[in-house]
Amino acid sequence: MKSFFPVVTVVAAVLLIWIIAVVPMNMHLTADQAQRDGLVVSPDTPIARQDFSGLGLAVRNSHLIPLTYVNIRPRLPSPHQIAIELYDTVIDKKITSKRSLVYHGWVTLAPTLLGFAIGTLLGIMLAVGIVFSRVMDRSVMPWAIVSQTIPILALAPMIIVVMGAAGIQGILPKAVIAAYLSFFPVVVGMVKGLRSPEGMQLDLLRTYHSSNSQGFWKLRLPASTPYLFASLKIGISASLIGTIVAELPTGAKAGFGARMLVGDQYGQPILSWAALFAAAITAAALVGIIGMIERGTLRQMGMKPA
Amino acid sequence: MYERPKLQSLTPSITPTQDADGLSPLVIRASNLDLTFQTNDGPVHALKDVNLEVNKGDFVSFIGPSGCGKTTFLRCIAGLETPTSGALSVNSMTPDDARRARAYGYVFQAAGLYPWRTIGGNIRLPLEIMGFSKAEMGERIKRVLNLVDLEGFEKKFPWQLSGGMQQRASIARALAFDADILLMDEPFGALDEIVRDHLNEQLLQLWARTEKTIAFVTHSIPEAVYLSTKIVVMSPRPGRISDVIESPLPRDRPLSIRDSAEFIAIANRVRDGLHAGHGQG
Ligand SMILES: Nc1ncnc2c1ncn2[C@@H]1O[C@H](COP(=O)(O)OP(=O)(O)OP(=O)(O)O)[C@@H](O)[C@H]1O
Ligand SMILES: [Mg+2]
Repeated sequence: MKSFFPVVTVVAAVLLIWIIAVVPMNMHLTADQAQRDGLVVSPDTPIARQDFSGLGLAVRNSHLIPLTYVNIRPRLPSPHQIAIELYDTVIDKKITSKRSLVYHGWVTLAPTLLGFAIGTLLGIMLAVGIVFSRVMDRSVMPWAIVSQTIPILALAPMIIVVMGAAGIQGILPKAVIAAYLSFFPVVVGMVKGLRSPEGMQLDLLRTYHSSNSQGFWKLRLPASTPYLFASLKIGISASLIGTIVAELPTGAKAGFGARMLVGDQYGQPILSWAALFAAAITAAALVGIIGMIERGTLRQMGMKPA
Repeated sequence: MYERPKLQSLTPSITPTQDADGLSPLVIRASNLDLTFQTNDGPVHALKDVNLEVNKGDFVSFIGPSGCGKTTFLRCIAGLETPTSGALSVNSMTPDDARRARAYGYVFQAAGLYPWRTIGGNIRLPLEIMGFSKAEMGERIKRVLNLVDLEGFEKKFPWQLSGGMQQRASIARALAFDADILLMDEPFGALDEIVRDHLNEQLLQLWARTEKTIAFVTHSIPEAVYLSTKIVVMSPRPGRISDVIESPLPRDRPLSIRDSAEFIAIANRVRDGLHAGHGQG
C-alpha cells in the first residue's frame, strides 16, 4: 500500500500527457472531417492546413478541440475510447465471440503459460547443469547468451514456418518461442541463486561430509528460491511478449498479436490499442500472481518478510 | 580440487604414539606446520612452524590477537584448509579422513544458521545428512536445545532469535551428532558476560561428562584460563605459537575459581605471552 500514491501519481501524469497529446495528434484528421460535415475550419483547404502544426491548428480552431477526442479512426485514440472498447470486448461480448478480447486473451495466454513452463523447466535444468558441471558452464552459458542476441522478430517466423513444415501447428510453435525468451532469465537467476551460498555455509556441509546431492537439496536449492522468483517474474512477461511476437508476422487469426495486426491493417487503431492494453494488463496480472506465490512461499519457508 | 597433503611421505618419522591398550591418547598432533595463503597482494604467512599435541579429553584454548591464525589452524584440523608443509594428524588420520569419518563438530565464528530452517530444523541438518532415524533426531534435538537453554525455540526461525541465541543454536547443532572432538571458533564472542559465564559452566560440565576433546578459540583471557587444561598463546605475522601453558587447575572448576591466586597467576602468564608476541610482531 506504500506504493499506492506514487503509482497513482505516475498514472495520473501519463494520462494527463496523453489527453493533451490527443489534440495535436488528431487535429488534422478532425479538421478534415469537420469540414466535410459542414463546419467552419480555418484555413479552409487540407493543403493549406498541412502548413500548420497540430498545435497551431488547434489554436486557430479551438471549437474543434472536443471533436479530436471522438474520431472513429484517430491517430491517437483518447483514453476513454480505449476504455469503452475494452469494456465492450472484454465484458459485453460473449467469450465465445471472435470479437471478445477474453477469447483472444486465452488464445495468447495458453501458449504463454505452456512456453513459460517449458522455459522455466529448461532454465532450471540448464542452471543445475552449469553449476555442477564445469564443461556445461563453459559450453552452455555462451550459447544461452548468443541465443538472446538474435532478434526474436526475425527468428519467430522461421520457427513457425519450420515447425509448420514438420506438421506442428497451433499452440506449440508459439509456446516454443515463449520458452525461447523465458528460459534465459531463469538460467541466469538460478545459476546466481545456486551459487549464492557462501564459504561458511558450504564449509559447514563439508564438516558433515555431505554428498553433492545433499548439498543441492538442503542448501543450494532453498538458497536459490528468492532468485528463482525474481527470474520467473521476468520470464513470464518475456513469455507473453514471445507469444504476441509469434502471432504478429504469421497471419494468426486469433490472439492479442492478431488483434493488434487486424486493427492496424483495417485502420482501426482503437482495436490495436485495446489489444495492447489488454496484453499489458495481462502481463501485470501474471507478474502479480507470481509475486503473490513468491510471498506465500518465502513466508512458508520462514524467510524474514521484507 | 583440494590436494590432499601427503603426510606420510613428507614425514615418515611420525607415527601416532600408542597407549598400553593400543588406543592413541593423542587426538591432534601438529608438527612443523606451515601454511601460506597465496593472495593477489602476495603470500600471507598464516601459520609458521606450529607444533602441538592434544590428548584425548584435553580442553585446549587458542588465544592471540586478531589475524594470528587461530581460525586457520582450526580449519586445518577440520580438513577445511590444507597446510603448505608439515604434518598434521587427527585421531591418527589425516584431517581430511577425520572429516570424512565425522570426527568433529565445528562451531563457526558466525552462527550461520540456514534462514529457511527453524532452529530445530537447523539442528536436524547434520542428523539428516548422517542418516539418523526420525525418532533419534527428535530426541537429540530436544536434548541439545536443553543443553544450550533454548527449550521452546525449536519451531522458531533464526531471524526471530537474538544474535546470542543464534550462536547457541549453532553450538547445539555442532553437539547434536556427538562427535568426540569439538572445534569451536569464538563461540561466545558475541554474548554478554552473564550468558557467557553460564555457557562456560555448561560447556565445562558437558566436557567433563562426555570426555570430549575440545579446541576452543577465544579473545578472552579469563575464559581461556577458566575453561582450559592447555592454553595455546599465539602471535601474528607470521602466525605462530609463542607459549603453551598446561593448566594446573583441577578439572572440576566452580566459577569462583577465577578469584584464586593460581587462576590469576595463569592469567598473568597468558597476558605476558600476548604482550611479548605483540612486541615482536
Ligand atoms: N582464505 C584466505 N585467503 C587469504 N588469506 C587468508 C585466508 N584466511 C585467512 N587469511 C589470512 O591469514 C591470517 C590469519 O587469519 P585467521 O582468520 O586465521 O586469523 P584469526 O586468528 O582467526 O583472527 P580473528 O581473531 O580476527 O578471527 C590473516 O592475516 C588473514 O588475513
Ligand atoms: Mg578467527
